[in-house]
Amino acid sequence: MMKDLVSPQNFNVMVSKLSDVLVRALDAPLGYAINWGRIWSLWPVHLETACCSVEFGASSSPRYDVERFGIIEAFGSLRQCDLIVVQGTVTRKMAPRLRMVYDQMAEPKYVIAMGACAITGGLFFDSYNVLPGIDSVVPVDVYVPGCPPRPETLIQGCMLLQEKIKRSKIK
Amino acid sequence: MTLSVGPQHPGSGHFRFVIKVDGDYIVYCDPDPGYVHRGEEKMCEYRNVIQNIPHLERPVIHDSTNVTYSYSLAVEELIGIEVPRRGQFIRALASEMNRQIYTLYWLAIYGIFLGHSTMFMWPAGDRELFIDLMEALTGARVTHAYNIPGGVRNDMPNGFKEKALRQIRYFQKRLKEYEDIFYNMPLFRQRTEGVAVLSKEDAIKLGVTGSVLRASGVPYDIRKVEPYDIYNEIDFKVQYMQSGDSFARSYVPFLDMKESCYIMEQLLDKMPESGEVRAKLQPNPKGPPGEAYRRVESGRGALGYYIVSDGKPRLYRVKISVGSFRNILALPHLLVGSRMADMPSVYWSLNYWPVEADR
Amino acid sequence: MSGEQKPTKPKESGSTSSSPSPPTLPAKTKTSAMAAVAAPQTGIAKEPAPPKFEKGLADQLTAEFGDLVKVLFVRPLRLKILVEPTNVVSVATYLRDTMGFDHAECAGGTDYPKDNQMEMVYQLGSYTNEDLGPQILMLAVRTNRDDPHLPTLLNVYKSVEYHERETFEMLGIYFDGHPRNDRFLLPEDWADLPPLRKDFRIKGR
Repeated sequence: MMKDLVSPQNFNVMVSKLSDVLVRALDAPLGYAINWGRIWSLWPVHLETACCSVEFGASSSPRYDVERFGIIEAFGSLRQCDLIVVQGTVTRKMAPRLRMVYDQMAEPKYVIAMGACAITGGLFFDSYNVLPGIDSVVPVDVYVPGCPPRPETLIQGCMLLQEKIKRSKIK
Repeated sequence: MTLSVGPQHPGSGHFRFVIKVDGDYIVYCDPDPGYVHRGEEKMCEYRNVIQNIPHLERPVIHDSTNVTYSYSLAVEELIGIEVPRRGQFIRALASEMNRQIYTLYWLAIYGIFLGHSTMFMWPAGDRELFIDLMEALTGARVTHAYNIPGGVRNDMPNGFKEKALRQIRYFQKRLKEYEDIFYNMPLFRQRTEGVAVLSKEDAIKLGVTGSVLRASGVPYDIRKVEPYDIYNEIDFKVQYMQSGDSFARSYVPFLDMKESCYIMEQLLDKMPESGEVRAKLQPNPKGPPGEAYRRVESGRGALGYYIVSDGKPRLYRVKISVGSFRNILALPHLLVGSRMADMPSVYWSLNYWPVEADR
Repeated sequence: MSGEQKPTKPKESGSTSSSPSPPTLPAKTKTSAMAAVAAPQTGIAKEPAPPKFEKGLADQLTAEFGDLVKVLFVRPLRLKILVEPTNVVSVATYLRDTMGFDHAECAGGTDYPKDNQMEMVYQLGSYTNEDLGPQILMLAVRTNRDDPHLPTLLNVYKSVEYHERETFEMLGIYFDGHPRNDRFLLPEDWADLPPLRKDFRIKGR
């Protein structure tokens, strides 16, 4: 069988098989280390969608200080980020932009839906311009309820996400 | 070259503007708001007078008392109810505290966008102390729903006056430190002084409001010009500057914070010891057919509500005139001709909160 | 504005607005908008007596324009007048140059399907004139609902630029002479009715 594989025609197949073997070999010992690295360097995109951004800003203030949990208020490019915190209402005008931002981010990427509006539309459930939740736009990892959620709630949501990453397999 | 700034941009918030640059100079600017347009004016047609309050304060949740203040005033005028004297004092006190919370948040963001991280941390930290006070007063962190037509929802808790006075005294000390570390810093001065000057004539012509207007030398403050509730018994000065540049626009809110501390002290001092805080309202209040326009001075300038009633419990039309929406008219005027690097200082000095402008 | 406007409904019976008889205008068949002022214009719960200064402003306007300006109410610090679309620019110019109202605080429209009309209200204020500082003059102008056109006030008040753009997309009033009657707040692909019209219903409500 090895003979068949090690031929120029089957080169791609061989590489993919090898990488599968490599991943499986690395997953057990190194998966923990890689996930550990991801957990403590969650950088959120600086994308504000509505009024929850006030509480998001407050959560990086000295009193709450999410930085101690490895979540840095990012001002860099979205290509260096791996977390979107959807801060509140997503309107019909914002939804394509949200998707565009999500698509441009590098894997792995995670989404936190912050606030009642991002989850179900919240207070603005009957408005003509508001999406009833962002599930139809981007896949959500953690929902953080509240209108707006207190910074402690947001921090708890972030820690839940870290817990989730810790248990996930590396890709 | 055409550049699209926002809605995903560290310096723009939930707002986008298209600029054209020639080298380093901006030659064209076209604001494109509406990313948080939630149709609040339409939603008001489906809710009665009291149900409107929670969603009307969402545009500016860190200034939520002022947003519902003018709405309450307009509804009171329409329905014809009088607010008890103690209620008026507490209302004005809550409004002043919320002004501090708003301005401190704005100052924090302004600081970090000019690359001054300390100026993010300090106001954001001091802001929490005022939030604590508001939480003790209203029960909520940012969305208070405290002002209702007829007064305020509940009375002050015991010992609030002493707590508030202690906080104000501490904050006055902090304001001096802010001035030293931020406003007197040569780097900040160089980035803002003489940048994007809005002359007095242009400010009047464009109809800007709030700190942007007062920075251009027009001493127009609704609290002084058209005193609502008990502001005519309060002694304070309208803060304004003459230069009209980015520095003046960012310094006037700071002066406002200083003045607001004096106002709060007087309010706590002159407040009647006991009494009603809220006038009785019938369960589903409705006014006669008519209309009213009332305004207050919010953190971003005049905030007016134009409401039309047709005699039913639900208002026929609510039009919200907000300072942010009026101030973006000055953005193309100021940005065209200035340099690309001045954009953050010009944009944030307009005291602009996109969610409010979109409503 | 075409001549074949729909005849508007007669004045509502409950109206007690301050000038009872509809003024007769010399201009063509333009009495429609002025004649049908709906009932909601009557006032507030405790209508106070019109103060002297505001009454003076109203008198000054009626002395200058006569029947062309209809005073709807005079209240402390508030004054509302109604004019015809053809006269709105000249009235606004007079308000700015002679009386000193130098900016518009707010401008927005209201839909009145009962009268088949739409009303545009400009809340004018003054920064330069100290006496006028607290005053808000509401300049109302009405247009037919089937073909809503109004002259823009952009050349008189620069500050109405974004308000008129907003009104265009929220109510569909087309402002003649305004350079940009296009999308502003709503999404680019909005294809429904203008949302603030009364016949636009939110789904399920």
